[in-house]
Amino acid sequence: MNRMPVIVVGIFLTFLSSWIGLVAYPYLNLGRFTPVTDPDSGEVFPPPMSGLAVAGQRVYAASGCVYCHSQQVRQVGYGSDLERGWGSRPTVARDFMRENPVFLGTMRTGPDLANIGARQPSAMWQHQHLYQPSVVSPGSIMPSYRYLYRLQKIEGQRSANAIDLLPPDAAPDGYEVVPTHEAEALVAYLLSLNRNYPLPEAPESSQ
Amino acid sequence: MSATLTMKPEATAEAEARAKVERAEIDASTRLPVVLFYGSAVFWLLVGTLFALLASFKMNAPTFLDQWGWLTYGRVRPAHLNAVAYGWASSAAIGTGLWLMARLCRAPLRHSTLLIGAAIFWNLGVLLGTFGILSGDGRSIEWLEFPNYASGMLFVAYGLIAVWAVIMFRFRQPGHVYVSQWYLLAAFLWFPWLYSTANLLLNFQPIQGGAQGAVNWWYGHNALGLWFTPIGLATAYYLIPKVLGRPIHSYYLSILGFWSLALFYSWNGMHHLIGGPFPAWMISASVVASVMMFIPVVTTAINHHMTVRGNFQALKWSPTLRFTVFGAMCYTLSSVQGIFMAIPSLNVVTHFTHYTVGHAHLGLYAFFTMIMFGAMYYILPRVVGWEWPSARLIRWHFWLTAVGIGMMVVVLSIGGILQGLALLDPGVTFMVTLEYTKPWLFLRSVSGILLTAGHIVFAVSFTMLLLRVGVRKTEPTLFGSDQGRKPERLTV
Repeated sequence: MNRMPVIVVGIFLTFLSSWIGLVAYPYLNLGRFTPVTDPDSGEVFPPPMSGLAVAGQRVYAASGCVYCHSQQVRQVGYGSDLERGWGSRPTVARDFMRENPVFLGTMRTGPDLANIGARQPSAMWQHQHLYQPSVVSPGSIMPSYRYLYRLQKIEGQRSANAIDLLPPDAAPDGYEVVPTHEAEALVAYLLSLNRNYPLPEAPESSQ
Repeated sequence: MSATLTMKPEATAEAEARAKVERAEIDASTRLPVVLFYGSAVFWLLVGTLFALLASFKMNAPTFLDQWGWLTYGRVRPAHLNAVAYGWASSAAIGTGLWLMARLCRAPLRHSTLLIGAAIFWNLGVLLGTFGILSGDGRSIEWLEFPNYASGMLFVAYGLIAVWAVIMFRFRQPGHVYVSQWYLLAAFLWFPWLYSTANLLLNFQPIQGGAQGAVNWWYGHNALGLWFTPIGLATAYYLIPKVLGRPIHSYYLSILGFWSLALFYSWNGMHHLIGGPFPAWMISASVVASVMMFIPVVTTAINHHMTVRGNFQALKWSPTLRFTVFGAMCYTLSSVQGIFMAIPSLNVVTHFTHYTVGHAHLGLYAFFTMIMFGAMYYILPRVVGWEWPSARLIRWHFWLTAVGIGMMVVVLSIGGILQGLALLDPGVTFMVTLEYTKPWLFLRSVSGILLTAGHIVFAVSFTMLLLRVGVRKTEPTLFGSDQGRKPERLTV
C-alpha cells in the first residue's frame, strides 16, 4: 500500500462508522429522555434528585464506589440479578437520565446498588455500614469510610445525627462520631437509589 | 509487486554501509524525545505499580491504610489504571512510535520541539490527573477518570504529537509504506479523535446518563484496540523481522489484518455492557464485531508465526525478540479470550468478575507492556550509544515479569470463574461469592510482588544505561551468542 490518500481515508471511514453507531446514535436516541408523569398519582419518574443527593453523587464518584458496585439490574437470562432481589424490574436507559456520571459499573466485588435505597432504607444503617463495613456485614472486604466522619467531644447533649457504633469502633465515653457533610450527602444519594417505579417501557415487577 | 518485500537485505556491501550510516543518523536525531518519553514511562511504571500493589493489598486486608481518603481503594485503583495506561503505556508507545516513524520514513526526526513540548504537557497532565484522583476529583468513569484540568493537558500533548506525525509522514523518503507505518499513522490519528469525543461528551459537556455508558465503553475498548494495539503490532511487525534478518511472511496477510482490525475493533465496545440498559442491536453489533476479530487476530498470528518459524532458537539469545514474541503470542491469546468473553452465554459468567481484570492484564501487560520492554531493549542502545549494562539483569527482568503476569492471569481467571458461577446461582448468598475470590486475590498480590521486583530490576538497568555505568561495550548485550546473525541486515 503506497497510496497515502487511500490509507488515510480508510482509517477515517472505518472509525467514523463506529463513531456514528456507538456515539452519535446513543447521543441522539438515549441522551434525550424526558421524565414520565404518572397520570394517577401525578408522580414524576424517574424522580428528581435532591441537592444533597446530587452532592452525594460526587462523593460516590470521588470515593470510587463504582469499582466494586454496579448499578444495573439485568433482565432474566442475564444472571440472577432479579432473583437476588436487586430490583423489582430490569433497569432501562431512562432510569439513568439524571445520573452524571452514570455508574453502571463492570465489577461486582460488592452487590449491585441500583436499588440500594429501597433495600436498605435506613440512613443509620448506611452510616454504620460505611463506618464499619466488616462489623455490619461480616466477611465484607469493603474499606471503612471513616475519613468521612468526625470524632468529637459531646458538648451537653449528644448530637442528633451521631452514629451508633458497635465495638471495636464505638466512640470513647464523652465522645461521639458524627457524619461530615460529605457522608450525609453520600447517604442521601444512596437512599435516592430506588428504581422500582414503573415506566412505560418497564412496568413494575416485569419478571 | 516489487514493493511487497520492502524490508529486504541490501543488495551490495556498499549499499549496506550507506544504510548503516543513515540509520545511525536517524537514531541520533531521535535521542532527546525518545529518552524523555521512555524515562517518563519508566517513572510512571514504578508509580503505577506502587498503586497496584496498594490496591491489591487492600483487597486482602481492607483496614490497611484506610484512615485517609487519599489512599482509599476507590482512588488508588483508578490511580493505578491511569498511571500505567497514560503514564507508562502511552509514554512508552509514543517513544517507540516516534522512533519507528523516523526509521520508517527514512528521515531524521524533524521539529523535536513539538515532541519535547508534548512530553512536558503529557507528564504534567498525568501528574495532575493522578493527584486529582487521589484528592477526590476523579470522575469514576472507567479509563477517563482524569479531571478536566488534566485531560485537557493530555489532549494538547497529543495534538502536538499528531501534528508532528503528519509532518514526518509528508517528508518521508519516497517508496513503499511498510505495514508498521499504517498502524502508526492510524493510531496517531485515531487517538485524538477518540480521546476528545469521549472527554467532551462525558466530562466537559456531559450527555444524559442513559447514553454515557455507550460512549464510555466505545472509548474504553478503543483505547486498547485503536491506540495500544496498533502501536504494539507496529512494533512487533518491525522488530521481529529486524532481529531475525528476514522479511515478514506475507504482505497480503498484513493488509487483511490491518483493515479488518480497523473495521471490527472500533465496534467492540458494547460487549462490556451485555445485559445492560441499551438497545439490543447495539449490543449485538458489538458481539458480532468482537467475534469477527478472529480475522485480524488469526491473520496477524499466522503472519508473525510464519516469520519466526524455523528461528525460534533466536529467542535464546535476543532479549528484544524474547519479550516481543512473548507479547505477540499473548496478543493472540488475549484476543481469542476476548472473543469468547463477548459471546453472551459465556459473558454471563465472566461479566462483573475478576476474570475481566485478568483479561485486561493479559492484554495491556502480557501483550503490550512486554512488547514495549522488547522495543526499549532494541531502541535505547541505538539511540543513546551505550549498551545495556548486564544480560543477567535482563534475564531477571524477563522471568520475573513473565512468571508474574502468567500467574496473575491464571489466578484471576480461576477466581473470576468461581465468582461468576456463584453469582449466577441465586441460591448462593452474595457473601459466599466474595469468599470464593479471597484466596485468589491473595495470590494476585503475590504475583504483583513478582511484577514489582521485575520493574525494579528494569528501572535499575534503565538508569545504569542512561548514566553509562561500567565500561563501553562493543557488542550488544545478549543472552548468548547470536550465531553470526546481523540483526540490522534489513533496510530501513
